[in-house]
Amino acid sequence: MRSTRAVDISTGSFVLLGFAALFFLATQITNRELSVGGNSYDVEAQFENIGSLKVGAAVSMAGVTVGRVESIAYDQELYKAVVHMRINSLFDRLPKDSDASIMTAGLLGGQYVGITAGGSEDYLKSGDRIEFVQDALILEVLINQLVANLGGSKDEPASKDDQSSTTEAGK
Amino acid sequence: MSLVGELTDGLRGFVTAVGSVTVFLGRILGQTPRAFARPGLIIDQIYNAGALSLIIIMICGLFVGLVLALQSYQLLERFGSEDALGTGAALALLKELGPVVTALLFAGRAGTALASEIGLMRATDQLTAMEMMAVDPIRRVVTPRFIGGVVAMPLLAMIFIAIGIFGAAFEGVQLLSVDSASFWSQMRSAVDVKDVMEGLIKGCVFGAACSLIAVYEGFNAIPTAEGVGRATTRTVVISAVLTLILDYMLTAVMLATRS
Amino acid sequence: MSNNENMPAQQPRPAGDNIVEIHDVHYSVGGRAIFSGLSLSIPRGRITAIMGPSGTGKTTLMRLITGQIKPDQGRVVFDGLDVPNLKRRELYAARRRMGMLFQNGALLTDMDVFENVAFPLREHTRLPEALIRNIVLTKLQAVGLRGAARLMPAELSGGMARRVALARAMATDPEVLIYDEPFTGLDPISMGMIVRLVRQMNYALGITSIVVSHDVEELAILADTSYIISGGKVVAAGSFLELKDHDSEIVNQFINGLADGPVPFHYPAGDYYEQLLAGTV
Repeated sequence: MRSTRAVDISTGSFVLLGFAALFFLATQITNRELSVGGNSYDVEAQFENIGSLKVGAAVSMAGVTVGRVESIAYDQELYKAVVHMRINSLFDRLPKDSDASIMTAGLLGGQYVGITAGGSEDYLKSGDRIEFVQDALILEVLINQLVANLGGSKDEPASKDDQSSTTEAGK
Repeated sequence: MSLVGELTDGLRGFVTAVGSVTVFLGRILGQTPRAFARPGLIIDQIYNAGALSLIIIMICGLFVGLVLALQSYQLLERFGSEDALGTGAALALLKELGPVVTALLFAGRAGTALASEIGLMRATDQLTAMEMMAVDPIRRVVTPRFIGGVVAMPLLAMIFIAIGIFGAAFEGVQLLSVDSASFWSQMRSAVDVKDVMEGLIKGCVFGAACSLIAVYEGFNAIPTAEGVGRATTRTVVISAVLTLILDYMLTAVMLATRS
Repeated sequence: MSNNENMPAQQPRPAGDNIVEIHDVHYSVGGRAIFSGLSLSIPRGRITAIMGPSGTGKTTLMRLITGQIKPDQGRVVFDGLDVPNLKRRELYAARRRMGMLFQNGALLTDMDVFENVAFPLREHTRLPEALIRNIVLTKLQAVGLRGAARLMPAELSGGMARRVALARAMATDPEVLIYDEPFTGLDPISMGMIVRLVRQMNYALGITSIVVSHDVEELAILADTSYIISGGKVVAAGSFLELKDHDSEIVNQFINGLADGPVPFHYPAGDYYEQLLAGTV
């Protein structure tokens, strides 16, 4: 058995190094800003369309993460998506008339809920609902709108010249 | 012999091999509790498989990180997303390159060492002598080496990834003038503990697979010099192929169970 | 023990029973019959030689006795135990009562001499370290290698390695020692040492010794009883003097080292002149 001191020390160092690497990876390169296990309160918002928002997505104000999306459900009565968010109790002065919109992080990033502060003196408490919402921007809807606008803006001058051009623009 | 005949023979051979390896694994695991009565042996083997592979893993990790940053930069530059370099490097290393490349290096360095050590013991009758002395060679020789490999491999993978990320950071920030703050912050926001876990799980699975193949080939080597050499070669080849196949399967499963 | 150089004198011993018995064993590998109706008995407390031309399966016989392989037919009995049908635990218990000396020593290469000899003690007993140390040193002393206790197997000569292996085989005080070609490849001095040791083990400790070899000269001095195996069967048995004057041609060829006889000199080939004239192999 050649388990000499040198071997033991080297092995111990190796194992420690491995765990140090694991620790580094788990803590330094992941976003662990929110384990909202501590003190938090629940806030709800209803959207017509949440796009690709996922459970666990960030809830942020002015770009700072203040909470997480806890659950997403579909309400068959309201025909809307009901999103429950868990907000860190540190941020207990969110005005009741704040605005929740679904934003996209970066060009290719995931979606998150951005809250813009309103002006009310009353603040959101646990169980409250954010009334003012903006749905996620859906690409197809945008394109349709753009095309419709293009068609609309060409409508007026076209109607003076030639009827057929509307049909072309409308395509 | 007809093609069909050869195929069925090959298939039968393959199924038989899978069976023997599984039975062998069963014997190894069965002896594990008793093997822990000799922690010294296991520590020796963690040293053999892990500590001795450290230098090669660190060097390769560094260079993989460097080249990954360089290549990704080229690609991201076209979309104006250089800032995503950190994210790209970290995710690629963590989920794929880290575990897979480490496993291949492991098979080459530690796997061959294991196979040839055990093969040599087979060829010089040491294993038979042990059986004659009523000592189960699986418990004494094979299981400690297997455990050593299974413990060492994921640790090596983590070290590889960590060094790789630093390598990518160095290349990106120092040599390609990517903004250091955005490099790290983008990485932080995009990488999840789940990603780290995926890398770790892959490391463990690959470690078990490569170690198992190495000890199996060594133990069942034909007891001649030629036989040992062949066992060593087969270890590397089979380990590499199996690692890549498992990689695909694990990735598919992980993606499916992600959300 | 008398004078170091001479063999201890033959002492009359009571006829004991047989510690190992092989009855009508048949064993084939890959279609080739190695044993077809082999029967022999190893008397307790004696030195028995098993000889035969190369390839007659002497190693296979040892494997049968130690239970490493099972015969297709026939019985292998060790001290009343039916070896092929023992469960693993019982088999290991039986093996602990046997010691085996391999042809090349088969020392564990990652340990030094002391650890090698201590190996069976550490694995099978819970003896305190001090006692193990004493036993190991005693065994090494018996084979004359106490001073080499800290060398590694790679540093030993062939003869020394074999003596260490003997010390290791002796460590648990077995009842039977099986020697697999103990004289092969040794210089005359080393060979003399081994021969002396085999004798000593047997005489001083009453250990049954089975020596598998084809060194006729050495066995002549050593063996109480000898068996000659050829063609898968025992072709001759008895004391050495009996064998020397045996009728059988094969025994005669073997004992006297004749180049040609029942084991032919020429590998089977076609007609000589035809092949030369044909001009091809």
